[in-house]
Amino acid sequence: MSERAFFIDYSRCIGCKACVHACAECDTHRGRSMIHLETIERRDTVQTAPQVCMHCHDPICARVCPADAIKQMPDGVVQSSLKPRCIGCSNCVIACPFGVPKYYGEIDQMMKCDYCYDRTSAGKKPMCATVCPSEALVFTTREDIERRRRGRPVNQFHFGGEEVRTKVYVMVPETMDALDVRSIEPRTPGAHDDDVASLLEESE
Amino acid sequence: MARLPASIADLVERYGPRTNDAPPGGWSAPSTPDRLVKTHCCFCGQQCAIQLKVRDNHVIGFEPWEDFPFNHGGKLCPKGVNRYLQNHHPDRLTSPLARVEGEGFREIAWSDALDRVVAEIRRIQAAYGNDAFAILSGSSLTTEKAYLMGKFARVAVRTANIDYNGRLCMVSAAAASKKVFGIDRAANPWSDISKAEAVLVAGANIGECAPITTEYIWQSRENGAKLIVLDPRMTPIARSADCFIPVRPGGDIGVLNGMLHVMIERGWIDRSFIAERTHGWDAVEETVRKYTPEYAAKIAGVPAKLIVRAAEIWGPARTSFLLHARGIEHHSKGVENCLAALNLVLATGRIGREGCGYAMITGQGNGQGGREHGQKADQLPGARDIGNSDDRRHIADFWGIRENELPQKGLSYVEILEAAHEGRVKGILLICSNPLVSAPDHRFAREAIERLEFFGVIDFFLSETARHADVVLPGSLMEEDEGVTTNVEGRVILHQKAVDPPPGARVDWQIICDLAERLGAGDKFRFRSPRDIFEELRVASKGGIADYYGITWEKIIENHGVFWPCPTLDHPGTPRLYAEGRFGHADGKARFHAVEWRPAAEETDDDYPLVLTTGRVVAHYLSGTQSRRIGPLQGQTPQPYCEMHPKLAERLGVSDGDFVRVESRRGAITVRALVVRTIRPDTVFVPYHWPVDRAANNLTVRALDPVSRIPEYKVCAVRARKVPGPDDATATLRPEAGGLV
Repeated sequence: MSERAFFIDYSRCIGCKACVHACAECDTHRGRSMIHLETIERRDTVQTAPQVCMHCHDPICARVCPADAIKQMPDGVVQSSLKPRCIGCSNCVIACPFGVPKYYGEIDQMMKCDYCYDRTSAGKKPMCATVCPSEALVFTTREDIERRRRGRPVNQFHFGGEEVRTKVYVMVPETMDALDVRSIEPRTPGAHDDDVASLLEESE
Repeated sequence: MARLPASIADLVERYGPRTNDAPPGGWSAPSTPDRLVKTHCCFCGQQCAIQLKVRDNHVIGFEPWEDFPFNHGGKLCPKGVNRYLQNHHPDRLTSPLARVEGEGFREIAWSDALDRVVAEIRRIQAAYGNDAFAILSGSSLTTEKAYLMGKFARVAVRTANIDYNGRLCMVSAAAASKKVFGIDRAANPWSDISKAEAVLVAGANIGECAPITTEYIWQSRENGAKLIVLDPRMTPIARSADCFIPVRPGGDIGVLNGMLHVMIERGWIDRSFIAERTHGWDAVEETVRKYTPEYAAKIAGVPAKLIVRAAEIWGPARTSFLLHARGIEHHSKGVENCLAALNLVLATGRIGREGCGYAMITGQGNGQGGREHGQKADQLPGARDIGNSDDRRHIADFWGIRENELPQKGLSYVEILEAAHEGRVKGILLICSNPLVSAPDHRFAREAIERLEFFGVIDFFLSETARHADVVLPGSLMEEDEGVTTNVEGRVILHQKAVDPPPGARVDWQIICDLAERLGAGDKFRFRSPRDIFEELRVASKGGIADYYGITWEKIIENHGVFWPCPTLDHPGTPRLYAEGRFGHADGKARFHAVEWRPAAEETDDDYPLVLTTGRVVAHYLSGTQSRRIGPLQGQTPQPYCEMHPKLAERLGVSDGDFVRVESRRGAITVRALVVRTIRPDTVFVPYHWPVDRAANNLTVRALDPVSRIPEYKVCAVRARKVPGPDDATATLRPEAGGLV
């Protein structure tokens, strides 16, 4: 059995925000939620998408930090900024391809998801992936995912010319072995897949 | 005299609702608990296992409980995550209150408050007869308390008129299950959902109202299952369904009978099962003959091809699971809707086996257990029938009263309000319910309450209804007491006590026993603990349909719950019903019921051209008395809204976020518009968790199902128009109190 890892399946998300609330219970950042729950376009769809820190193998946020405030642990977890070092410049906020770090003006510091380090380093699951009712977020072994899920977990992302590998996996269709933003087809203008009015039209 | 004793603004100022946003002492207070208490969420019928962190007699947080089978892994929805914030709450009532005209309430001593309630019960009953005093109870109580309320009404108050708020929730499902199978319980454990090849979800917004059930459905799809969803709105689970049918509110029988028509035509019917194990098929076959896809589609308001596609998924599947909830139950034909759905289960013979069956998704915390042991107008403990002479004799003997002293069937919930409106009911004692948010036709319900000569309320917060009380008795939260509930699967589970009630508040069962003592029935209410009550109800239920005799608290803890029926102490319980091939009726056979579609009580017309349907959101629980007081939940959805399609919005000249006034023949609300493509253009949706001028129930119709007496919350006729802003007095209150942001 391999070690447990973090898997995201956006198609399962029901937008309930249990993850957002549970994150605020984490002892390292009590009262402050570090996970983002994106509402894609509420007018058109109920689709939502949770976004935790992907914990890049080569974390861009840390590379661009002029104060060397963002540390990567030996197990690959990328921590929130260190308070004594963070200068609040927001370089990391701009650089992150996943839009994860956030600058908090009232404490003049960047904070972000730290993989629930207090929990995961003690053998527990991260809060969000523990409570998630739909298992859009799940912390389990690769074997368990392969046994129970269709699709394939990938941790390779292509953003234009840049390739990013991450500690966190995302479920994609079987046919894909990486997620390339260029391969995502733009929506046809005027087409609304989730439009109930168009479903009610009789024509095929 | 149950009119408001002061202005709403003054009452809100003193008693809330206001939100509690952080654990005791704030987020920087020590978060290490003295102990963890393994218990369950106090909210919906999923009853998720959770560990409460307790420090200095306060609940300070939670820790997931990972190995409980139902919400396996420690799953929780946002209500479960934040439930602990209702404890140690600034709005908590800690003294009995007496109404003071023009001022509000004054604190009074417990003995005075109890004496006053009993004196009023006696006075009203002496003047107007025993049944002029009614009890309204609720399904978020433990089963011990639900049993106690039924016994209290019949033995101590000696009134026929007790009913519970499950009448407003899912009683249509209960009635249909009893008619078809003879037993009112989900037929399967939830693990069967994931083993089904076809899953049909009829009128259940699972992602929001039963979030934990989502994973069971997603897992069925990972295993290759096809998902059919009937809903006027594209809900989070409908979004990726294999067949989403955006049915017109009230048109469900079109889809269900139409599916059966196609299945008969294509030969997807189990005729040997029907012959051997059921009655009544011929009438059903005859009835659905005319429900061709085209005919059915007109009723359902959807393209015929969707009905055919649904039949093509459901018909040939080897295993299947039906889930239904309020969307088909909250109708003046709610029972018929459920019967039509259950016909699809019976016609295929797919029940009583692994991956084959059905369930109604109970809404309230103890929606199942709260309707089994006698707080229902027509029922005695063990799901016995109050009209059946054997059942009456059995329970009267058990309680040590004469059978002729045991009242007959009483009025249902809304009928009790109607009787109060007409002056036939003069006094009510209410616990665990907030009808001035949750009852249909709000103005009528308020008038009914206002006409009472005496109104007593047991609650932990001053709910919108409790504001009208003559006497308020401060009761207890789930975490302050112990006792069992029965989850959505029929699994009896145990809530452990985490903390004591705050000084001044008391546990509900002691309040009831003290009232019984003062009413002269103390010898029948000598309980020293909830476990004493459980021991009595367990024996009372023996031999009944909902037989708890073999269930003990120790067994529940050891086995992560025990499914009823459990008739003997060495019985393991019954997770899957009907596995032995027998159904619950005396002859062991199930019953088909032929169902014809009929219109809703109030269809649209030129004056009121839109259908209003109401429901819940994930962040709130029922009338919102608790969830509107929990900061993170209230923050997630601070106020109701009127959801409408862009096509309708364009016609009305409304943009997203604009104020709209929604009016029916009974009342009006002003809320903001939420313009989305995920709803039918002929339908608007308003969630119902808010009070006063934001109450969706200002609009709803007081039409009841003739069998279940459930109100038609899911269909009424309204009109909507853009307005510059609200013109009501409560708009400036905090949103948790009914204001607008």
